[in-house]
Amino acid sequence: MSKFTFPESIKSRPIYGTLAPRAGAAHLFIADAHGAEAILDVATPEMMAKGHIIYIPKGEQFEDKLRALNPASFYAGPTYSAAERRIQQTLAQAKMGLQLYLAGTEGLMGQAEAAAMQAGIPHTAIQTEHRGSTARRMQCVHCKGITEDVDTDPFVCSHCGLNLFVRDHYSRRLAAYQGVCIDAEDPGNVPAPKGIYE
Amino acid sequence: MSGAEKIAVKVTDIVPLNELVTRFEFKRIDGGLLPTFSGGAHTVVEMQDGDITRLNPYSLMSDPMDQTAYTISVRRDDEGRGGSLFMHRNVKIGDEMTISYPVNLFSLDLRAKKHLFLAGGIGITPFLAQIKQLERFNGNWELHYACRSESLGSYVDELRGHHPNETHIYYDDQEQRIDLVNLLDGQPLGTHVYVCGPKGMIDWVRQTAEAEGWPREAIHYEEFLAPQPGKPFEVKLAISNKVIAVGENESLLEAMEREGVDAPYLCRGGACGQCETRVLDYTGNFIHRDHWLEDDEHASGEKIMPCVSRFEGKILVLDR
Repeated sequence: MSKFTFPESIKSRPIYGTLAPRAGAAHLFIADAHGAEAILDVATPEMMAKGHIIYIPKGEQFEDKLRALNPASFYAGPTYSAAERRIQQTLAQAKMGLQLYLAGTEGLMGQAEAAAMQAGIPHTAIQTEHRGSTARRMQCVHCKGITEDVDTDPFVCSHCGLNLFVRDHYSRRLAAYQGVCIDAEDPGNVPAPKGIYE
Repeated sequence: MSGAEKIAVKVTDIVPLNELVTRFEFKRIDGGLLPTFSGGAHTVVEMQDGDITRLNPYSLMSDPMDQTAYTISVRRDDEGRGGSLFMHRNVKIGDEMTISYPVNLFSLDLRAKKHLFLAGGIGITPFLAQIKQLERFNGNWELHYACRSESLGSYVDELRGHHPNETHIYYDDQEQRIDLVNLLDGQPLGTHVYVCGPKGMIDWVRQTAEAEGWPREAIHYEEFLAPQPGKPFEVKLAISNKVIAVGENESLLEAMEREGVDAPYLCRGGACGQCETRVLDYTGNFIHRDHWLEDDEHASGEKIMPCVSRFEGKILVLDR
């Protein structure tokens, strides 16, 4: 099951929707892992005739199915970092009328959204659909380091080693949630980690 | 006191541009500097026309950083309610007038990678200030300006002279038309389109751009509605505890002001939302003309924009 209903939260927390076809000169899909399922659900031959897919499998087996949609172009890369230059280049050459569809994990959608906003797409015009892992991309507010794919709360910052509490406070610019030291006043007094949504 | 803050000014120059359009320049009476503004801003000009106080919004067209004077261009509307005729016929150099602080409901989105301006007729005026603003930091812009004829092409020579590569002129009487679908197609990602002109042109640009997949946030428009005359009607103002009559040739907002009710406003053209008023009770039909309220709000009978909208019926009670 790749769909997950996020609990209601503060205003800062992103809300994801369901991809729907829109009129446009071109369609760009950026997805990772189970995000492929959202593309498979929304794709039509008309969209794929001017559709471009950038996909990061993260070990999932959807590549053949996506290729079978027969998009105008298809790229699969090992990580977001590896695909980033291609995403930036694609956006830099894009024209108005491009429709952008993001699907998969929050980290993937957030980073692609930030790249698209840099390229001039208003964030409200970008469609998103969450699929697969609910792990988060976290920024440590103390050392500013990013830790990817965090699925427990609290967790240890992969840069400075502080014990961080997972907040719902989100930065669209950084494409990351805020992690705040949980034992600053009583070092070592750290609750046992549990799943973020447990 | 409602509306934006006021500035006492003197008319320092009047330049007729063509058969229909005249330019007015204002400077502060006290000799001080005017506030800077942002391109697309308008000022509300107060006109004392006999017993009637007319308040009309006009786009500022001077350099937004020039604090010594403001200029506006007024197109004479012989069929209108008389504000533009008053400006053309009654205002003389040296006259003292009151204008409002600049208010901007049509500002540039400075995140845009490129600004695509579409002007129709007198709709050119806000773009003149926006172009001056963008030129200061080497902004990327392009203007497509449709005029009725060469003789009515206000500022065409100035625009072509200073910005020959960015300016594209279309004359209606020479059957020249903006090829909109082609123009929108292929614009770089991050382009914003801005349109100011007649209602038909604004609707055409908004609908075409949306059909071509442009985000709503990248489509900007400004249309000042003038209040339209209509059947007289009565309104009860619950807070002021008054029953007032709205005449055929005045708006509901103007009628409230005439009766000394301090009703909020900014644009007086159905755009800004400042005058939104709650309806407490009614029997009859609203004639909604603003483009502030959503369709379902128009249908709800719970709100009215007194600057441009009217009412036909027996009872109307407002929360004012």
